Amino acid sequence: MRVMAQMGMVMNLDKCIGCHTCSVTCKQAWTNRAGTEYVWFNNVETRPGLGYPRRHEDQEKWRGGWTVDGRGRLRLRAGGRLKKLLTIFSSPVQPEIKDYYEPWTYDYATLVDAPLGDDFPVARPKSLITGEDTKVTWSANWDDNLGGGPEHAPFDPIVERLRAESNEKIKFEFEQTFMFYLPRICEHCLNPSCMASCPSGAIYKRSEDGIVLVDQDRCRGWRQCITGCPYKKIYFNHKSGKAEKCTFCYPRIEVGLPTVCSETCVGRLRYLGLFLYDADAVTAAASVPEQELYEAQMDLLLDPNDPEVLREARAQGIPEDWLDAAQRSPVYALAKKYRVALPLHPEYRTMPMVWYVPPLSPVVDLLTEQGHDAESTATLFGAIEALRIPIEYLAELFTAGDTEVVDGVLRKLAAMRAYLRDITLGRDPDDSIPASVGMSGEELYEMYRLMAIAKYEERYVIPKAHVEQAHDLEEMGCSLDYDEGPGMYDSGPLGEASGRPAPVAVETFHALRQRQTSDEATTEESLRGRVNLLNWDGNGRPDGLFPKRRS
Amino acid sequence: MDVVLWGVLPYLAVVILVTGTIWRYRYDRFGWTTRSSQLYESRLLRIGSPLFHFGILIVIIGHIGGLVVPKSWTEALGVNEDLYHFNALFFGTIAGIATLAGLAILIYRRRTTGPVFMATTTNDKAMYVLLVGALVLGLWTTLVAVGAGHDAHDYRETVSPWFRSLFVLQPDVDAMAAAPIQFHLHVLVALLLFTVWPFTRLVHAFTAPLHYLFRPYIVYRSRDLPAGTGARAPRPGWSPVGTRDRTK
Ligand code: HEM
Ligand code: SF4
Ligand code: SF4
Repeated sequence: MRVMAQMGMVMNLDKCIGCHTCSVTCKQAWTNRAGTEYVWFNNVETRPGLGYPRRHEDQEKWRGGWTVDGRGRLRLRAGGRLKKLLTIFSSPVQPEIKDYYEPWTYDYATLVDAPLGDDFPVARPKSLITGEDTKVTWSANWDDNLGGGPEHAPFDPIVERLRAESNEKIKFEFEQTFMFYLPRICEHCLNPSCMASCPSGAIYKRSEDGIVLVDQDRCRGWRQCITGCPYKKIYFNHKSGKAEKCTFCYPRIEVGLPTVCSETCVGRLRYLGLFLYDADAVTAAASVPEQELYEAQMDLLLDPNDPEVLREARAQGIPEDWLDAAQRSPVYALAKKYRVALPLHPEYRTMPMVWYVPPLSPVVDLLTEQGHDAESTATLFGAIEALRIPIEYLAELFTAGDTEVVDGVLRKLAAMRAYLRDITLGRDPDDSIPASVGMSGEELYEMYRLMAIAKYEERYVIPKAHVEQAHDLEEMGCSLDYDEGPGMYDSGPLGEASGRPAPVAVETFHALRQRQTSDEATTEESLRGRVNLLNWDGNGRPDGLFPKRRS
Repeated sequence: MDVVLWGVLPYLAVVILVTGTIWRYRYDRFGWTTRSSQLYESRLLRIGSPLFHFGILIVIIGHIGGLVVPKSWTEALGVNEDLYHFNALFFGTIAGIATLAGLAILIYRRRTTGPVFMATTTNDKAMYVLLVGALVLGLWTTLVAVGAGHDAHDYRETVSPWFRSLFVLQPDVDAMAAAPIQFHLHVLVALLLFTVWPFTRLVHAFTAPLHYLFRPYIVYRSRDLPAGTGARAPRPGWSPVGTRDRTK
């Protein structure tokens, strides 16, 4: 047993209102740069829907993640090492920009500069890839809220599979359908296929907290990781020629702050905390038959209160405050203690570490609509049984098609609703309700506390990185800590974005100070000639916000 | 003149190639990438890039064979002049044409695909001129040899000895000076290409990821790597406190 610590996240999907705040704040923090215009480390998808990039779950096409071969050994779906090297000159299955979307801005200047006339001036969309006029036909969330439902949603790979398997047709007519939101970030997998695909070995997992990062100094742009990741959460920076991905906001995590996406979530649906897991058992767990993957992944997570685990963890040098944090970890509680959080697509065999509490809302909404009491266990349990389609859909997302597990989770959520109603209304709590889902009244109440009213410190239990290592942390030459020192991205003599990177901490410090203390508006220089509504601070009218005036 | 061209220039090129590469590796690891453009366009790249790369790799292997292995060795193995020549010209022509065709597709793609053209720097353009130049001139030497049949100039008695003599620091200037003009031009352009190599995107060839075949799939890296194993050494001013025997 080799105990390692892993930062994990749980998202409670019932609380997601699809506002995209997480996506926007993450973009502001990390991908608001030339070369990453189309990149959303965090995106929120409406399901059923195509997702971003489009149909990324269709692994027959994109060949991400792992499979097991005839002899039960784990293999990269896109092919082994030799095949990867032989096809390195042009990747066989890499998404193109059109599979994401062509990023654009608007020609706002015409609104101001247009001569007086009868026609209302129009700001035309301009492609951020070619700089030419463009027609906006897709985006990272074009089918938000089932927009264009009957036209797009049937092409959701999961919808297609369900139809092929059970001959059932998911209806997309307004009154008969269901939907929910799925925020997605990098899963910071225990068995990452992006890492296994990287010929240079530039992607690594931090042994302290399991965060998966791309070493920007070692990445050579072979772009195999993009194919490798089944969640399509590695992106190619088309200016720097390097791979980039969600960083789990490691500079914030290291000082005990939650990630930007968690911190800014209006629904407060995200939880952050530690898992302890057995690193030696990962490959074996990832190789079991598909239906056993969920259980195998649960078995990897070690009980942080087990004395033997603690002994082993200490032997591995995991500090005391980290063990304490692991014991208070909300993500461990949701995933393993209460078993209400599920991994996204365990069948990709990457052992993802961002977990989801599946939404009960499709069931509740339908019951309420039909005039039933959506807070009584009897009706809820009945409905969970009757509503096959949403359940099967959720099972395809979270348990490789095993409806029983999803069923169990939804029942717990339903039981929590019903049990708590009695308490809130001052009635005698009905202990048969928790018993029906195999829990005690206290346990169910604790779960309710964590899921409904937990405070900031309970939702985010993040041990600080150890200060003894501070100077290494500061600049260990990893991840995205290079961006935009002055002059970066200008076409240097050695190609775009050449030269020494400015460390992220220094760069952020200067940028923030400049913003907060400067009396002047941002200038074209400080924005490097590229102004859009994301990098403009709203102050004044910098050159480059509008194209040059025609004289 | 000959001494400058064939006695001095090659060493100059090598010195710049080596120091340039070291300098670039130390100064600009972040800029060391293939600068892949597959995100913009995939269809043409999937034909052109493998054609070019496999072609150029065969061409490189052929060059090593022709320049490094002395004539007496192959003859000792029983490979006579005709057989050797036929093989060299046959495979050389095919590989050369494949490379050139691949490169033509890549350049056509670069010019006609809007986003790819936008991402093409002046540096790229200069590199392409030299690369195409070296290739075309090289193919020219081969075609001249094919045309001349048995009377073809045997570069293994001029260029090759000169090339080997460079390594023992006794450049055989006369041998090279005796080679025909097309060889002179080809070598000069190639030397120029090697000189600019470290400063172009071509550096990616130096980090061909062969170690992928041998490394473990999962990479763990600690935050407190001892100095030196990280991509970057600790910055000045961040050295740890302690006596020499207590710090890493
Ligand atoms: C064996 C080692 C090599 C590997 C693994 C390799 C791999 C690659 C890759 C992945 C690309 C990017 C293609 C894309 O997605 O746009 C590329 C581009 C390129 N490589 Fe190589 N390469 C190697 C050797 C070479 C050599 C020896 C040369 C030239 C003498 C060369 C010349 C080029 C050129 C000119 C491009 C740009 C193609 C374009 O987009 O127009 N490469 N290489
Ligand atoms: S989800 Fe993240 S860690 Fe997992 S394979 Fe994709 S990029 Fe790698
Ligand atoms: S953890 Fe940070 S980088 Fe990752 S999606 Fe959230 S905000 Fe973005």
